[in-house]
Amino acid sequence: MLSYQGKFRARKPVILPLSGVFLALSCAATSPEHGSCSPSTEIVQVAAGIYVRPGHAAVVFEGDDIANLSVIVGDRCVAVIDTGSSAAEGRALSCAIRGVTDRPVCYVINTHVHPDHMLGNAAFAKPGVEFVGHAKLPRALALRGDLYLERASAHGGHELDASHIVFPERTVTGTVELDIGGRILTVRAHNSAHTDHDLSVLDSTSNTAFVGDLVFLEHLPVIDGSINGWIDALEELSGESIDYIVPGHGPPRAPWPAAAAPTLEYLTELRDKVRSWTSSGGDLASAQANIDLSQRAEWLLVDRYHQRNVGAAFQELEWEDWTNDD
Amino acid sequence: MTTDLQSNTFGVPLRLATLLLMLAPGVGDATTVEEDMIWTGGLRQAYFGDRLITESDDLIVLDAPQRAENAAIVPISITAQIPQTDQRYIKTIYFFIDKNPGPLAGTFRFTPKSGRADLAFRVRINAYTPIRAIAETSDGKLHMSRRFIKATGGCSAPAGSDLDAAMARLGKVKLKMTSAAQMAQPTPAQLMISHPNLSGMQMDQVTRMYAPAHFVRHLKVSFEGEEVFSAETGIGISENPSFRFFFVPESKGLLTAEVTDTKDLQFSQTLQVAPSERQGIVQN
Repeated sequence: MLSYQGKFRARKPVILPLSGVFLALSCAATSPEHGSCSPSTEIVQVAAGIYVRPGHAAVVFEGDDIANLSVIVGDRCVAVIDTGSSAAEGRALSCAIRGVTDRPVCYVINTHVHPDHMLGNAAFAKPGVEFVGHAKLPRALALRGDLYLERASAHGGHELDASHIVFPERTVTGTVELDIGGRILTVRAHNSAHTDHDLSVLDSTSNTAFVGDLVFLEHLPVIDGSINGWIDALEELSGESIDYIVPGHGPPRAPWPAAAAPTLEYLTELRDKVRSWTSSGGDLASAQANIDLSQRAEWLLVDRYHQRNVGAAFQELEWEDWTNDD
Repeated sequence: MTTDLQSNTFGVPLRLATLLLMLAPGVGDATTVEEDMIWTGGLRQAYFGDRLITESDDLIVLDAPQRAENAAIVPISITAQIPQTDQRYIKTIYFFIDKNPGPLAGTFRFTPKSGRADLAFRVRINAYTPIRAIAETSDGKLHMSRRFIKATGGCSAPAGSDLDAAMARLGKVKLKMTSAAQMAQPTPAQLMISHPNLSGMQMDQVTRMYAPAHFVRHLKVSFEGEEVFSAETGIGISENPSFRFFFVPESKGLLTAEVTDTKDLQFSQTLQVAPSERQGIVQN
């Protein structure tokens, strides 16, 4: 059984290597628009009909294949959850899907706006595919899309054009059910947490939830919405009877609610420390220079994201008591 | 050379321009010259013409993290090396972020009643860029403190992370003392404004229209009716602007902040200040 503890080791693909190679070749031959399958792209089966393209912790735009991307195969069609950091990465995922099913992709669900999760959308933009996102995703994409394309070329060496920005056609408030044939997917819009527009997806057949970046494992959590909201969301989700989750970053599957613990512990500790800093009149620069984390060795990318998180938390928490003023 | 040469506002072929500048007498090393292309290529001239600007940390010292992981909220501090006296004081500090869309992030004004022309605030930084604080003294001289800053951080968009929360709280103002006020001594205070400070630079991909800019453009702080600190601010200031400044409470009195944004919405806050008589004893 997969465990979220310890370093992630890539799982063997469930498909046999030989058939994988064969399917890759046939994909290249029959779907020229996909290009050839990247041999480095593997997807692993984590439950019947559920596949994950494992991500590897890296800073956005400084690497590829960062986030976990998921595929759910129904009797009628396929839902894809997150698409990677470029059309090329999306095409590689599309090709890997062709290696496990010939059913068409009908839904692409983006868990949130971040480039490592949705700049691969363009690879799936074709008739018959509906893009699904949180009701606040279009605004986030409008505000950030140009910046992401700029930064992708400035830092990532990818020249990404405007076609990489694919807006959702169906937006979600509350919950929406998607029927992919024999499987009902419940897509749920969350209040501000990791971002202000996180979606999660529950597959009731396997009782597996695809929680996007509401859960980080191994890769240090990154706050881009609300630290208070995120803790609330995780506490609420922890009380639900879900068997497994697929996190946005970390191993392709982890048991629930145990998998929530590292993210929750990090956020709670950070909130406590920043609150005591702001309430004693400490300033942002000294907070960023001094607030450490106790579980430093447990996380990757601490040097790149912790200080940033202190800033984000500080900015939120210095205003959390505003209703009591005047 | 590790500088980012991708953007060059003035369209000057960089390597050629660099070569030409290197031939000019009295310029710094080649890296600094390249970093300073926007400044030397027009920005300086546009704001200061041919006026002499002394580059040194003798009058003010600019501090910022060398590497800013959260580009949306980069802490900046400026520390004056002289006291504010009626005879000579720092009148104005201009703060530039060369590579930002609006490079002049703020113009900050002080008076002898400020006590110290020290300032801490937070900015958005779009790229690897020089930042510079230029102080103008009451005798009309200009001094510059310059730093180079590496702002990265991928997704840390200048746009707010929780825009609805920011809009709901828009216009809320806090004034607070960060340490005990002392009679007739320079005393730090903090002004915080809840405002999304939308830059207006973000294009809506659906409509291809730019979202309208909406940011804090002016603020003024007075103690007992006399101005101690004021500023004109631009889109380089982070969401929820926060300023730490100094003033000299000569008596008990009222500290008043008045804030105006680009939609001419006005917000204000007051704080009763009762300075301690026992000079020289710092609490905390």
